[in-house]
Amino acid sequence: MRKVITGNHTVSYAAKITRSEVVAAYPITPQTQVVEKISSFCADGEMDAIFIKVESEHSACAACIGASAAGARAFTATSSQGLALMHEMLHWAANARTPIVIANINRAMGPPWSIWTDQNDSLSQRDTGWIHYYCEGNQDVLDSIIQAFKVSETVSVPSLVILDAFFLSHTSEPVDLRDQKLVDKFLPKYEAKWKLDPKDPHTYGGLTGPDRYYELRYNLQKDFLRVEKVMDKVHQEFKELFGREYGRVEPFMADDAEILLVVSGTISSTAKQAVVDAREAGLKLGSLKIRVFRPFPFDLVKKYLKGKKAIAVIDRNYSFGGEGIFYSEVKSAMYDEPHLPIYSYIAGLGGRDVAVKDILAIANLAKEGKCDHPTWWGVKL
Amino acid sequence: MRPSHLVGGKTMKTTIPKEELVYSGHLACQGCGATLAMRYTLKALGQNTVYSVPACCWSVIDGPFPYTSLQIPLFHTAFETAASMASGIQAGFAIRGKGDINVVAWAGDGGTVDIGIQALSGMVERGDNVLYICYDNEAYMNTGIQRSGSTPVGAWTTTTPPPHFKKSPKKDMVAIMVAHHIPYTATGNIAYPEDWIKKVNKAKEIVGPKYLQILASCPPGWKHSSEISIEVVRLATSTRKWPLYEVENGNYKFTRMTRKFVPVSEFLKLQGRFRHLTEEEIDVIQLLVEEHWADLCAKAGIENQFADKLEGYTEKVKKHHPQWFHIEED
Ligand SMILES: Cc1ncc(C[n+]2csc(CCOP(=O)(O)OP(=O)(O)O)c2C)c(N)n1
Ligand SMILES: [Mg+2]
Repeated sequence: MRKVITGNHTVSYAAKITRSEVVAAYPITPQTQVVEKISSFCADGEMDAIFIKVESEHSACAACIGASAAGARAFTATSSQGLALMHEMLHWAANARTPIVIANINRAMGPPWSIWTDQNDSLSQRDTGWIHYYCEGNQDVLDSIIQAFKVSETVSVPSLVILDAFFLSHTSEPVDLRDQKLVDKFLPKYEAKWKLDPKDPHTYGGLTGPDRYYELRYNLQKDFLRVEKVMDKVHQEFKELFGREYGRVEPFMADDAEILLVVSGTISSTAKQAVVDAREAGLKLGSLKIRVFRPFPFDLVKKYLKGKKAIAVIDRNYSFGGEGIFYSEVKSAMYDEPHLPIYSYIAGLGGRDVAVKDILAIANLAKEGKCDHPTWWGVKL
Repeated sequence: MRPSHLVGGKTMKTTIPKEELVYSGHLACQGCGATLAMRYTLKALGQNTVYSVPACCWSVIDGPFPYTSLQIPLFHTAFETAASMASGIQAGFAIRGKGDINVVAWAGDGGTVDIGIQALSGMVERGDNVLYICYDNEAYMNTGIQRSGSTPVGAWTTTTPPPHFKKSPKKDMVAIMVAHHIPYTATGNIAYPEDWIKKVNKAKEIVGPKYLQILASCPPGWKHSSEISIEVVRLATSTRKWPLYEVENGNYKFTRMTRKFVPVSEFLKLQGRFRHLTEEEIDVIQLLVEEHWADLCAKAGIENQFADKLEGYTEKVKKHHPQWFHIEED
């Protein structure tokens, strides 16, 4: 069934169609419609789930971990300050190997208060041991959540599915809501690899000395190394069932491009238009969307960036005292290509619009080798 | 044959279940009250039980990975999440048709009255079917005896060194729970295991949130020798400093009545953490005991047999009471 819906309601439908059994959530702009809709799904009996109306995001994440440890499929959604409040429990979820899924609406961190998009909230959680998906459109949001559960439950690693505030959360787009039967086939009922069970009592997460802790983290990374293969398989299976193709990255007119943009989130759509316009004007531009940020697709980034004349990484985020965060990752992927110029452009923090003309200007700067490492594009001085 | 013994020629039978769900070989200190609290609690709850345990001494007592001293599943969790984790576990069980499992949040006093109070309040307000148990050793013991909101007036801790000993009163967590309209809440004391087991059994049968708080001595934290762990906490109840009572749907009931007057100094003097107190300061603590007792008697609707003890305090003692107990240095 196709329906014109907002990103937020897409997230609610995703919770429903994945048959999430426990949802524990707390409202925050711009995520509130997600919880409102899930509440009504639960109240109407459209969704067979327990909705725990917790008193904070910290508790939301804790409750999801608990539900998952008890053997149920658990889901929540949040944004910025809420995700930051969860931080301790994000580590807990990953280290406890509970495969929960969280949708995070990218929103700038305060102060000053901002409700508009940028990626610093989710990127601050980069090292918590979660899989990170960045979404470009609402269909992507729905499908990513469905896929995330499957990947997470296979490798016992939780997933964050990330979408831009307002540009997706409050923007209506046509979304194929997917057939429940097909989703059930793709994502069967959750069978936990381990769970809390009085008939088979174990202690989880007790004091662990230096002689063993190290190996537990090594095991987590070992499973992270499996994620890419699992994802590639899941994408294939998804394509067969639902007819839509997904990858860890998405190249757009990248193969013959001389200048390549590296982008994420909704900027990816704008970048595609910029590519089309640039080509008409005679500039061989292409783009590469990073859809999966963790595990970082080093292999694919290498593959698509190799041999280009210049790379322009656009970051809607910043690591203060450091650099654009996607830029750091891309540079590290291209370490073996010392002669490839990789330029860093910061844009769109706090929801500042990044229009086609901005991206075209950035592409031209990259073509001319102009970059202040980084260039804060459009900053009013 | 266990466990009956002869008293005055009559045979007395203990009602404490024989089943042991705490193995020997745990990592507690000698004379640890928190460990006895766990042992008695599990005797009442039985095996169909799952624990959510935040950072506290019990994070360590249970044993280092891969060992455990409990015969029930235990999920270790972050310091402030005993309640929220338990709510999630309970929901996970309930949606899978296993709502009969006793889900217990087991936390220290710091994890309960301080950092975890928000999650606990949320859990109780929502009405989640969780039994929350606070073992109260009256300080952050795991991290080396720092004051908590449950540390009593007058106590030394590493963060309340005399003359800056704890000046503010212990939080009345049971009253806070009553203010949440909780179906059942009660106090306990490891020196009174039968009273405790009755309360745990009662709580177990109630669907909804339950809050129990059991006073548990801590020899290294309270500074007394380990062999008097029981004697010390028993005095907490016989001096009426820690009365045993329960509140069911708002109705207060004493589960152990005290008839004989034993001054609170009897409890205080056994412990190094109160050693610095002057007589006047001890008088203030006695006055706090009398006031709390009078308040409980009024709530339980019984006559206060110790009403006369409320009188006769000097103006100086009263002046330093009730809030910021602060005796000026002469
Ligand atoms: C967020 C956080 N802050 C601080 C700590 C350190 N910490 C661990 S246990 C503890 C004190 C626990 O006190 P209590 O709850 O009374 O339990 P007890 O140790 O007395 O058994 C503290 C401060 C922590 N683990 N997590
Ligand atoms: Mg304590």
